Amino acid sequence: MNNDRQQPNRDSNPFSYFRNFRISDHPTGIGFILLFILAVIVGWPTFLQLRNLTNILRQISYTGIIALGMTMIIISGGIDLSVGSMTAFVGGLTIFFLNLFPSDSVSALILASIFAMAAGAVSGLFNGILVTKGRIAPFIATLGTMSIFRSLIQYFSGAGNILSNNILYADIGSGVFLGIPVPVWVFLIVAVILHIVLENTRFGRYVCAVGANEQVARYSAIRIQIIKMIPYVITGFTAGLTALLWSSRLNCINPSDCSGYELDAIAAAVIGGTSMNGGKGSIIGTVMGAVMLGIINNMLVLGGVSSYLQQAARGLVIIVAVLLQYNNKN
Amino acid sequence: MNTQRSDVLFAIRNVSKEFSKVRVLNSVSINLRRGEILGLIGENGAGKSTLMKIISGIYQPTSGTLVYDGKEVDIPDYITAKSLGISIVPQEFNLINTLKVYENIFLGNEMRGPHGLLSKKMMRDEARRQLSRLRTKLDVDALVSDLSVAQKQMVEISKALLLNARILIMDEPTTTLTGYEVSVLFNVMKELRRQGVSILFISHKLKEVKSICDRVAILRDGELISVEIVDLIDEAEMARKMIGRDFTQVFPPKRDTDETDEVLRVDHLKLAGLSTANSFRLNRGEILGFAGLVGSGRTELFEALMRLRPGDSGEIYIKGKKVVIRSPQEAVNYKLGYISEDRQGKGIVSDFTISQNITLIALARYVSHLLINKRAEIEKSEEYVKAFNIIAASPKMALRFFSGGNQQKVYLARWVETEPEILIFDEPTRGIDVNAKKEIYEFIHHLCDNGISCIVISSEMEEIIGLCSRVYVMREGKIQGVLKGKQIDEEHIMFLATGIKGRIEDEQ
Ligand SMILES: Nc1ncnc2c1ncn2[C@@H]1O[C@H](COP(=O)(O)OP(=O)(O)OP(=O)(O)O)[C@@H](O)[C@H]1O
Ligand SMILES: [Mg+2]
Repeated sequence: MNNDRQQPNRDSNPFSYFRNFRISDHPTGIGFILLFILAVIVGWPTFLQLRNLTNILRQISYTGIIALGMTMIIISGGIDLSVGSMTAFVGGLTIFFLNLFPSDSVSALILASIFAMAAGAVSGLFNGILVTKGRIAPFIATLGTMSIFRSLIQYFSGAGNILSNNILYADIGSGVFLGIPVPVWVFLIVAVILHIVLENTRFGRYVCAVGANEQVARYSAIRIQIIKMIPYVITGFTAGLTALLWSSRLNCINPSDCSGYELDAIAAAVIGGTSMNGGKGSIIGTVMGAVMLGIINNMLVLGGVSSYLQQAARGLVIIVAVLLQYNNKN
Repeated sequence: MNTQRSDVLFAIRNVSKEFSKVRVLNSVSINLRRGEILGLIGENGAGKSTLMKIISGIYQPTSGTLVYDGKEVDIPDYITAKSLGISIVPQEFNLINTLKVYENIFLGNEMRGPHGLLSKKMMRDEARRQLSRLRTKLDVDALVSDLSVAQKQMVEISKALLLNARILIMDEPTTTLTGYEVSVLFNVMKELRRQGVSILFISHKLKEVKSICDRVAILRDGELISVEIVDLIDEAEMARKMIGRDFTQVFPPKRDTDETDEVLRVDHLKLAGLSTANSFRLNRGEILGFAGLVGSGRTELFEALMRLRPGDSGEIYIKGKKVVIRSPQEAVNYKLGYISEDRQGKGIVSDFTISQNITLIALARYVSHLLINKRAEIEKSEEYVKAFNIIAASPKMALRFFSGGNQQKVYLARWVETEPEILIFDEPTRGIDVNAKKEIYEFIHHLCDNGISCIVISSEMEEIIGLCSRVYVMREGKIQGVLKGKQIDEEHIMFLATGIKGRIEDEQ
């Protein structure tokens, strides 16, 4: 064949990325920058103060951590509606567990942290088994477990607050390290790890393949059941982390806490460009999505907008974000 | 206006198309006359589908104009094209799997009864009428997901015919059809031509172009080479113009294999729902053919072997050792590979890039310390791009933007990358141009030279006859016989495949 036809562009010039950079390829990034500039102008000068910025990050980190796991699930073609209830459930169990130990035990803190993550992962595994082995549609399966987790923790707590006896517990959730709150650290660390998992591991590649086209994945000898199950375990794990951070910050759990977390987590992923059809998405996008939700909230608070309207604003942003992505595709 | 002019129903004038600065069509001008069948040929990636998508409003030309019935027209979208009477049967199916046949046929054009509600009865009747026009026996209430590829093709065609199209574009409609179905389709096309419909027909089978078209337009690298009257040009000349040098389809010489060096033996494999058992064997370095009509159970047989579908797998011996295959993963571990006939549905991940597609199965080899070595991945895929002549505007482009033939090459590369010992090709040259076909035939021989044993399932008689040294013929889920050497000819294969005129004795 004649080889003078269009050659694949193989230049290894490091600047080629920038030369080929097209704004329309990065709707989330552009949206993020625009929103940030808007916030700086509207919220001048309070918005840019370090205190305010850390505050935003702290506020979004609880649902943000869960959103990272949720991103994996959505990319694999599933959804998890149970994460909010699961967080309250695991948080409650963790405090019960902690209260088995003396009130000044440091090792109890370590054990409780491990307990929270494990309990989260097991709860997630339960969802994963329902979806894969049980072949129940993810929406339905996790709608069911959403009620189950919530009702169990209400039952165990007798519908009252579950208080921790440990005097050191609150230090975890309200701790600050190098000027940055602990939950924000956790959010960033989990984001980096899951980013690498998604972009650079075999598992991550297979999650995308299964979400993009399950049949193709099956014909490519990929173990789809396992690949679909693990994202639920990861998400359970992230819910466990949030349960730990949230319950320790308040030093207690109310059985009605954390409801609506699933919506924030899904919203962050979708604003960040993750396709609800599966197969496509990024952790960086979700981080930006979560932060954007935080910035909007902050702007509304600084502007003195009624808290009842804040949800409306959030809904609007989700719709605009999806519209932008949809139009970009065509 | 002279008569010559008004003869022209649709004119493409100096149409160019660029995708992110890469020019795929360069000032193409073609006239489509009333009531003619115009063939469109060219190598994979020559720009045929792109041109057709411009006519049917799916893409917009970068420059140039379209003239319909003497008037310049703008076709901003698919709906406008339909309202102008331009219908397309796309290369990649556009059916909704979860809907029924008749619902798909009427999608977007639903019929309503007197109260404004959907009239399912009218739609069912009309769908039945359309399908019977295509001589297709199909339950209009069947789900599209349960149909074979050929049946889906017929549903697509009925859908396009529904709107009394004046221009019908058919992008490789025959790739999935058997000889009989092709002849039915050609009769329908002739009937439409008689009714004054103009048809644009894309095919890689030059023989078909020769037999059905009035004129043929030849594209090469996005340029129109010429438009010829079919009666005045032969297939070799068409191929020459397409490729730009002399070309004849010759198969590499057939291989001699050691009949005693058996790599695979399958005894009494039963397909789900059938009581008949199938047994066959494969020798090292052999090219073994599986012939039969579409729906004769060849795909099912090998999917059952790979454990991609249920069935009683009987007894399987690989290199003389009895093995039990419980999952597709185990089949791959036993160095078996199966390249599906359904490239879109079961083959490629259309959102992935070339390298991601190629390494999909063998990905473990690119992992060190848990992380994928992306550089190695890309280097490997560049090797395949060279070896297979894969043409892509950019290596980072998602596979959905590749031409059909190039997608197929990427899919083949994925399985070769698993370093198989036994490779099963299900319709390997579907939608592939004559030159690339030759490359794939040579490639299969090359694999065999390296000790890999190949099974080729094909409905293309020429391919089976030219390539295989032994051929099993199937009918209704059962192997009817095996042919060897001089016995491998059209007559013998058809006897076994159709069961007409009695059977030929199995010489084994
Ligand atoms: N949406 C798109 N974006 C970028 N490039 C594209 C797009 N669609 C097509 N191309 C490129 O345009 C060229 C022509 O593609 P086209 O599908 O028209 O080829 P074709 O002649 O139909 O080939 P085949 O016989 O394989 O179907 C190819 O190089 C293809 O990669
Ligand atoms: Mg094409």
